[in-house]
Amino acid sequence: MGDVVLEIENLTRRFGAFAAVEALTLSVNAGEVFGLLGSNGAGKTTTIKMLTTLLPPTSGDALVAGFSIITQAIGVRRAIGYVPQGISVDGSLTGYENLLIFAKLYDLPHREQQARIAEALDFMNLTADAKRLVGEYSGGMVRRLEIAQSTLHRPKVLFLDEPTVGLDPIARDAVWKHLIDMRANYGTTLFFTTHYLEEAESHCDRIAIMHLGKLDALGTCKELEASLGPRHTLNDVFVHYAGSALDFGNNFRAVSAERATAQRLG
Amino acid sequence: MTATFMHPLTGFIEKTFVITEFELRKLRHDFTELITRALQPALWLLIFGQVFARSGAMHTGSIPYLDFIAPGILAQSVLFVAIFYGINVIWERDLGIVQKFLASPTPRAALVLGKGFSAGIRTLSQGVIVYSLSLLLGVKLNWSPLALFNVLIIVILAATLFSTFSLVIACIVKTRERFMGVGQVLTMPLFFASNAIYPTDIMPGWLKMISHLNPLTYVVDALRTCMLAGSTSPFGLSLDYAVILVTTAVLVSVGARLYPRLAT
Repeated sequence: MGDVVLEIENLTRRFGAFAAVEALTLSVNAGEVFGLLGSNGAGKTTTIKMLTTLLPPTSGDALVAGFSIITQAIGVRRAIGYVPQGISVDGSLTGYENLLIFAKLYDLPHREQQARIAEALDFMNLTADAKRLVGEYSGGMVRRLEIAQSTLHRPKVLFLDEPTVGLDPIARDAVWKHLIDMRANYGTTLFFTTHYLEEAESHCDRIAIMHLGKLDALGTCKELEASLGPRHTLNDVFVHYAGSALDFGNNFRAVSAERATAQRLG
Repeated sequence: MTATFMHPLTGFIEKTFVITEFELRKLRHDFTELITRALQPALWLLIFGQVFARSGAMHTGSIPYLDFIAPGILAQSVLFVAIFYGINVIWERDLGIVQKFLASPTPRAALVLGKGFSAGIRTLSQGVIVYSLSLLLGVKLNWSPLALFNVLIIVILAATLFSTFSLVIACIVKTRERFMGVGQVLTMPLFFASNAIYPTDIMPGWLKMISHLNPLTYVVDALRTCMLAGSTSPFGLSLDYAVILVTTAVLVSVGARLYPRLAT
């Protein structure tokens, strides 16, 4: 692990009096797989939205690939890829078209576009289905296409918000295999949120646990487990920091959006 | 990253057309909406238009009533199609598509204007319908290439204007239910407070004043001038174009400001 690619300092976001994220400070190294864990309403999505420049912070700042999310938003946007929680590819276009539009929006040189798209399709195992409408894809294929779409321009950091929500275990494994391969091939830093502890345990170099907007724990799985004493699992760590209030604080819109995503993917 | 950098204006224009291109590709995959949309102007021209023409209740000067309302109905159907366009961005927001586009380096104004243009090009099918019906009803059309070209441009611009207006509303209300409510509330006043189906001369003073602030009035005036043989514009085509272009530019810049709100 070498350079720091993501440096978050005192990042805070308030909605009225409610602090969704409070004074979050942490840094992520280039090439790291970093998991942000927490129960619903812990502030994970708000954090990702600030880091992807979708939501301005109330105070604090973050440097993504050296660019400030406040003063250099365009630089940040060029350097990142983002896979939102919902479905972000267009069901009324083909898989190929979904990739082509992003190749154009990210200014990939014209002569490289076709080769890049072919490579991405091949890498995500979607070549045979490239000309089909995405509306006919399975959930796992949709997620793989979304990842292909957000990595066409070889981002330094890929943000994924609940990348495997609503997928069956086989599709989930396939998505992770592709993500890990991608890191190996291109050195992409992966920053993702998840509810699934086993996912964090098997894939993350380090994890952070957020609870009620604050960072409660940070380290490798082994370090966090050891911090509670011998023979503790990551589940114990999670319960220790996040309590058992798994559904605390989430609003109706977020829940219905998540269920709708799960339904469409599943 | 192997991105090529370009002049902001070139980038803006190019990105606008990328957005338009992909919106239109969707149409290629499913064009049923073009057919269902044909119904409304047909009803207005064949039923409303014919009945009112027979009644002789509307005094439209030297132009027969059916000729008078044909451009009005084209403008109206452009308005009705475009004003509900914003529901698409609410749909895309609920999915997550808007968020992904906003996290890309695409200029916000290009996202907004690109969608507006695509609505404009989609609406051209309404022009084909209204011209066909007008032929059937014996409306005296102006077939000069310049007039047809003007109609084409006016339809695209008018749909861009009203679909961007719709997008601005969508960015403010954010939910489908509220959007449908607002959309319903706005279409009829825009339509009735215009010169689409009756001349502004017969309006009471207050309504006439409102109609002169209504961009639809200028769209109708421009279409009437270009579509009909031997028609002259009360406002002048340059004023019509100026009103349409300035309103569109203002709406696009407001839309570009508000669009990021959809991601929060």
